[in-house]
Amino acid sequence: MTLSQVTGSMPLVAISHLSKGYRRGGQVVPVLRDITLAIPEGDFIALMGPSGSGKSTLLNLIAGIDKPDSGELRVGGEDITRLSEAELADWRASNVGFIFQFYNLMPVLDAFENVELPLLLTRLSKRDRRERVETALALVGLSDRMDHHPNELSGGQQQRVAIARALITDPTLIVADEPTGDLDRKSAEEILGLLRRLNSEMGKTIVMVTHDGHAVESAKHVTHLEKGELLST
Amino acid sequence: MVAILAFGLLQTVVHAWYAGADMASATRLVTRNATSLVFSLPAYYRERIRALDGVEKVVISNWFGGIYKDQSFNNFFAQFAVDGGMFDLYPEFITRPEELTAWKADRRGAMVGRLIADQHRWKVGDTIPLKGAIYGGDWEFTVRGIYEPRDETTVTRQMYFHWDYLNEVMKKRFPKRAEFAGVFLVKIADGSRAAEISRAVDSEFKNSLAETLTETEKAFQLGFVAQTEAIVTAVRIVSFVVIVIIFAVVANTMAMTARERLAEYATLKALGFSPGFVAALIVGESVLITTLGGAIGILLTFPMAAGFKRAAGSMFPVFNVTPETLMMQVAAALAVGLLAGILPSIRAARVKIVDGLRYIG
Repeated sequence: MTLSQVTGSMPLVAISHLSKGYRRGGQVVPVLRDITLAIPEGDFIALMGPSGSGKSTLLNLIAGIDKPDSGELRVGGEDITRLSEAELADWRASNVGFIFQFYNLMPVLDAFENVELPLLLTRLSKRDRRERVETALALVGLSDRMDHHPNELSGGQQQRVAIARALITDPTLIVADEPTGDLDRKSAEEILGLLRRLNSEMGKTIVMVTHDGHAVESAKHVTHLEKGELLST
Repeated sequence: MVAILAFGLLQTVVHAWYAGADMASATRLVTRNATSLVFSLPAYYRERIRALDGVEKVVISNWFGGIYKDQSFNNFFAQFAVDGGMFDLYPEFITRPEELTAWKADRRGAMVGRLIADQHRWKVGDTIPLKGAIYGGDWEFTVRGIYEPRDETTVTRQMYFHWDYLNEVMKKRFPKRAEFAGVFLVKIADGSRAAEISRAVDSEFKNSLAETLTETEKAFQLGFVAQTEAIVTAVRIVSFVVIVIIFAVVANTMAMTARERLAEYATLKALGFSPGFVAALIVGESVLITTLGGAIGILLTFPMAAGFKRAAGSMFPVFNVTPETLMMQVAAALAVGLLAGILPSIRAARVKIVDGLRYIG
């Protein structure tokens, strides 16, 4: 199956015959085998599968924090497998927003500074950065927690700070690795609600890895992986 | 902080050891017996040395070695039998004209330095009883003046009295030991001619019964320091060992800290920060920590050195934290921070983002 057969128009993420393995001992253990997948702009896709199925690896490849062994991976028309480490870093800074299972906030920075972090790589003035951070924190409902450090926030609040950080550079693509995996049901629902809003109101393309059957309901499409192969889309 | 403080104090001890040599003048030479300092020189050499070209003044100086009260370290101070013109050679010793005149007029008079005068609470008119160790018998001197230091590098823990008085007593008690000088202090007009004049002095007495060895005052003082070179070297080595130990501690701490924060560094890299930025962050943190600690250590060096000086009494009359020591402390703090941060920063910069994100510190 070719990309043009997968989708008629140019997708935001276009994956063709992608393979990835990890070297353990003297052997290469395949993690992803011949993956071909297209994710249209504005989609909200959930990647599901048992542990070791390769869903997080696929997410890392799409986000440009890992490199495939073979195949083609285009995001926004750019083949990111051909970018150098430095080019990939620049590309990630302007095109991808990250949401991690354990939030990955900087413990020594407060909520404002954590959200501001990606903007330090831009040429925005301090005033512009402040405006953007305040807007992003207001969007996730944390205007009154700007000067709180991560250890002063609940898990749900920390994940909302992480979402604000993911949004702050206005990326086209947001990748979320088990965003509700460490949260209680109520907080998880708040986070999923936020992700739905980012997708429906702001048009962000979201690729989410999850085990949570409830979280899957928020996605527009679900893709299953097993033993490194796509089962269904 | 403690390491930089200890380093500074130990370096100050080393500097204090050389303080006597540091205050030596380039226009003063010392002529002694070529065989050994233990042997004396005939006193009449003074006139022959004085007659040499370039020599301005010659003064006899004899180590007396008297015991004050007892042989405890606290009561030890140097005593020299000298010519009346001795203070003309040492402008760093500030004397009061009336006291100098009174001393010159009293054959048993003594000029004492401010440091020992304060230590023993002597004042003008007091009697200093000494028990002779080299020149046997009981001796009494009257304090006629107290000389002051020109600056804080000047050592004022010596007592000077008249060689004429010593010589007069020797003539009576041990005639064979009379008319001898320990060393000659030679004032020359031009410091650049020191080597030439030294050779001229020694040539003057070549093949005599008591050949001479003339050297600059600094070389003479360093000769004494060389006798305790092993101690100074040990102190110097310990001061650097302290830095090496603290480097190992800081390097280990930074390695542990960086390992615990691998997920944070991986997150920064995922957000688009370069490996170089992450490396600079770690090195910067390491340097900041050691600089702050070092700054506190440097600030504490001054009161600690002052306390050490008080505790050491007259052992280290000059015990000042020099600019050189401060610069070495700053350099040590920066070097430790920089070097300790390098390896962890390389590791953090090289870590793959996916591996770092998986790391739970």
